Amino acid sequence: MFKKFNNLSKSAFAALLMLSLYPSKVLSDWDALNMREGVTQVSRDVFELHMLIFYICVAIGAVVFSVMFYSLFRYTKKRNPNPSTFHESTKLEVAWTIVPFLILIAMAVPASKTLTEIYDDEEGEINIQVVGYQWKWEYKYLEDDINFFSNLSTDQDEIYNLVPKGENYLLEVDEPLIIPVDTRVRFLITANDVIHSWWVPDFAIKQDAIPGFINTAWTRAEETGIYRGNCTELCGKNHGFMPVVVKVVEKDEYNDWVLTKKEEAIKLAELTEKEWSLAELTQRGEGVYQKNCVACHQMNGEGLPPIFPALAGSDIVMFDKDRNVEILMEGVQGAAMQSFANQLSEVDMAAVITYTRQAWGNAENGDGEYVVPSDIVEYKKPKI
Amino acid sequence: MSSVIESHHDDHHHGPAKGLMRWLLTTNHKDIGTLYLWFSFAMFLIGGAMAMVIRAELFQPGMQIVEPEFYNQMLTLHGLIMVFGAVMPAFVGLANWLVPMMVGAPDMALPRLNNLSFWLLPFAFGILLSSLFMEGGAPNFGWTFYAPLSTTYAPPSVTFFIFSVHIMGASSIMGSINVIVTIMNMRAPGMDLMKMPLFVWSWLITAYLLIAVMPVLAGAVTMMLMDIHFGTSFFNAAGGGDPVLFQHIFWFFGHPEVYIMILPAFGIVSHIIETFSRKQLFGYSSMVWAMLSIAILSFVVWAHHMFTVGMPLAAELFFMWATMLIAVPTGVKVFNWVATMFKGSITYETPMLFAISFVVLFTIGGFSGLMLSIVPADFQYHDTYFVVAHFHYVLVPGSIFSIMAAVYYWIPKWTGNMYDERMGRLHFWLSFVGVNVTFFPQHWIGLAGMPRRYPDYALQFADWNMVSTAGAFLFGASQILFLFIVLKTVMGGKKATPQVWEGARGLEWSVESPAPYHTFSTPPKVN
Repeated sequence: MFKKFNNLSKSAFAALLMLSLYPSKVLSDWDALNMREGVTQVSRDVFELHMLIFYICVAIGAVVFSVMFYSLFRYTKKRNPNPSTFHESTKLEVAWTIVPFLILIAMAVPASKTLTEIYDDEEGEINIQVVGYQWKWEYKYLEDDINFFSNLSTDQDEIYNLVPKGENYLLEVDEPLIIPVDTRVRFLITANDVIHSWWVPDFAIKQDAIPGFINTAWTRAEETGIYRGNCTELCGKNHGFMPVVVKVVEKDEYNDWVLTKKEEAIKLAELTEKEWSLAELTQRGEGVYQKNCVACHQMNGEGLPPIFPALAGSDIVMFDKDRNVEILMEGVQGAAMQSFANQLSEVDMAAVITYTRQAWGNAENGDGEYVVPSDIVEYKKPKI
Repeated sequence: MSSVIESHHDDHHHGPAKGLMRWLLTTNHKDIGTLYLWFSFAMFLIGGAMAMVIRAELFQPGMQIVEPEFYNQMLTLHGLIMVFGAVMPAFVGLANWLVPMMVGAPDMALPRLNNLSFWLLPFAFGILLSSLFMEGGAPNFGWTFYAPLSTTYAPPSVTFFIFSVHIMGASSIMGSINVIVTIMNMRAPGMDLMKMPLFVWSWLITAYLLIAVMPVLAGAVTMMLMDIHFGTSFFNAAGGGDPVLFQHIFWFFGHPEVYIMILPAFGIVSHIIETFSRKQLFGYSSMVWAMLSIAILSFVVWAHHMFTVGMPLAAELFFMWATMLIAVPTGVKVFNWVATMFKGSITYETPMLFAISFVVLFTIGGFSGLMLSIVPADFQYHDTYFVVAHFHYVLVPGSIFSIMAAVYYWIPKWTGNMYDERMGRLHFWLSFVGVNVTFFPQHWIGLAGMPRRYPDYALQFADWNMVSTAGAFLFGASQILFLFIVLKTVMGGKKATPQVWEGARGLEWSVESPAPYHTFSTPPKVN
C-alpha cells in the first residue's frame, strides 16, 4: 500500500524542486534578494556581519542536517531492523553545549564592536530633526532653519491600478531629504502622533520615531545618489505610503540648495502680505487639500467616519470660521486630527480652509465666509 | 522515563451524558480536550481565511481587493486569532487529553475550572470577531497593539478587544493552574518528576510561563483602557506618559508567550521521534534542562523585539548577548533529536514526517532568529518580511506542524480508528511544499527591503510575493484535506490496537483505543 504512496511522495518532491527552480529564471539577479551593502562604512560593516552569521548558520545547518539525513536514509527499519539502545553520552552532550557557545562568542565580538560604532552620538556637521506624522515625514535643518514636509508623490491612480506604475512606485516623494556627501550628518528622530520608524537601508539606519522621545542616528554617505527607504513601524492606514527618500549631493550643490531654500522662504513671506482673491485662495487650497488632507477626509470631503469625520456638510466648516481655524492650528485633542500650524504656511493654511468652506456645496449651504493669510497671522499673534 | 506499564482496565459504567448538554456541562478531560481541539481548528480556519485575504491583496503590487484600512484589520485579527485562538487552545486541548493519561491520573485536578476555562473562549473570540461589524471596524493596530496607535488613535472597538484579551487571559490562567495542580499532585505512584513524559514536562514549564506573564498582558490592556476612557496618560507622551513603556510591558509578556507556543511542541516532537525511531530518546534529562533554561532565559530577552526604540548601548548589548545564549539550549534539543534518530530503526508514518520537518524547518527558523539577535544586523532586518519569515517558520512548520503531528499520532487513541495513511502523507507533502513556498521567499523580500504590515509594495518585490501567495493558497487548501481526514477518522476506519504504534511507550498506550471515558480510576504502577 505504501509503495504506491512513495511514488506520490516522489512526485511531490519533484514538484517542490521545480518550484524552487522556476523563479530563478524570472529573477536572474540574486543580489536583489540579499541585504544591500549600502554606501557608508557602517552599512558595509553591517552587511559583512550579516553575511558572516549567515555563513555560520549555513555551516552549522550543513553539519546537523547531513547527520540527520544520513540517519534518515541509513537507519530505516528496513536497513536497520534492530535499533541501538544508547540514549546518553555525557561527553557528547557537554561538547555540543560548549562548541555552540564558543561559536556565539565569535559572533558576539564583531557584533558588539559594530554596535558601539553605531552608537556614537557625537554631534554632526549637519543636524537634522526628522519628525514622523501620519503619514509623511518632516525634515528640519537645525543650523539653516530650513524645514519642509516630504509626502508620497505616487499618483493614487497608480496605486489603484488605473494607470501603469512608475519605476519608483511607492518609493518617491515630492521633496526628498537632501544631504551632502562625505559629511557627518546627525538625525534627531521623533514623531508627532503615533510611533513611526525611519529607515534608510543604504545607510543601515533604522530608528523608531516616538512621540515624546528624541532618538539619534548618524551617517556619513560616501557616494552621491538617491537612496530610498520606508516607514517601518505600523502607524495606521497609510503606513505603507510614507516612504523616505534621501538625495546625497556634492557639497557645493548642497550649499546652493540651502541658499535656494532660504530665498523661497522670503518669497513665501511676501505671498503672505499679498491681497488674495477668493478664486486664487480656493485654487491654491485645492492643491494643499490634495496633498495633506485627502488621506483621511477623502477627495469628496466625506471622510471615513467615525475616526475621520466628513467635512462636506460639517457645521464647523459651514458656520464656525473661528473654530475651523482653531482646529487646523491646534489639532483635536484625543483624536486623529493633528495640528497643521507647523506644517502649512499662513498662505496654505488660509487657502485650504477657504477651499473646504467653498467645496462640496459648503458655501451654498453655509455662511460662505472665507479665510485670508492675514487671519492666520493674526491668530498666531500672542493673545493677551 | 515511564517504561514499564501495568496493564489496566476500567469499568465504563459512567458514560458521557447525551446530546448538547454533554459538551456544555462536561467536566471530563477528554471531552474538554476535544472541545479545545475543535475550537482551535475553527479558529485556525478563520485566521487562515484572513491570511488568504492578506496574501491575495499582496499577490500583485497596487491595491486591488481590500482597502489599507481593512488590510490592517485583517493582519491584526489574523495574528490575534492564530496566537490566542489557534495555537494556544490547541496545545491546551492536547494537554487536556494527554496529561492525565500520561501521568496516570483519572482526570484533571480541577474539572469544573476546566469546563469554565474552555467555555470562556468562544465568548472571548465572539467579542473579538464581532468588532469586525462595529462602526470604525475591528482593531487595526497589529497583534502587538503598540500605543498610542492602539489608544489615542484606535477605533472605538478597541474596548471590546481589551475585554476579549482579559477573558482569554483568565481562561489561560485557569487552564495553567489546572495543568500544574494535576501534574504536581496526581502523578501515579512511582512517577518521579524526572520520569515524566517530556510532553508533561513541557506543559508544566509552559503553565508556569503562562501564569507569570498573562497577568502582565492584563496589566497592559488595563492601562490602555484607563488611557482611553479614564483620562490617564500611561502611554501618552503629551500627558507625561511613555509609549515605550507599553512595548516593554507587552514584550515582557510577549517573549515568554512565544515560548509558550513552542515548548509543548518540543514535548510532542520528542515523543514522536522516539516512537518512530524505535529507540529511547537521547538525552532525556538534558531535554528537561534545556526547556527549563529556555523558559528562564525567556524572561530576560524581551527587548530584542525593540532594538530600534533607542535603548542605551548597555541595554542593547545585554539583550543581544542574552538572546544569543538561547541558541545553546535550543541547539541541545535539536542535537538530541538527531542523535535519537541516529542508529534507530525508522519508519515514516505521517506523524514522523511532520516531526522530521518540524526539526528541519524549526531549525531554519532558529537560524534566522540567531541572525535577528545580532543588533546591528537587526537594524536592517527589523520590521521587514525577514521577521515575518522568521516567526512564521517557527510558528507554522514549528508549532502548527507539531500540533498536526500530535493529532495524527494520538488520534487512533482518541477515536479508536486509524487515520488514512495515504491521505495523511498527501496532507503532509502538500503542507510542507505550501509552507516553504509561502515563507521561504519572504526571507529574500525582507532582506531586499520590503517592510512588514504593508498592503502594497514597490515593484522589485512583485515576483516573490506572487510565489508566496501561490504557496499560501496551496497551504490553505491543504488544511481542508486535513479537516476531511480527521472527520473520516472520527467516523470510522481500521481499528487501532491499544499500543497503536510499534515503538510507542507511555501510559496512554496501555489503555484501550479509543481510550475509555474514564481512565486510571485506580492509579497504575510505574517503575
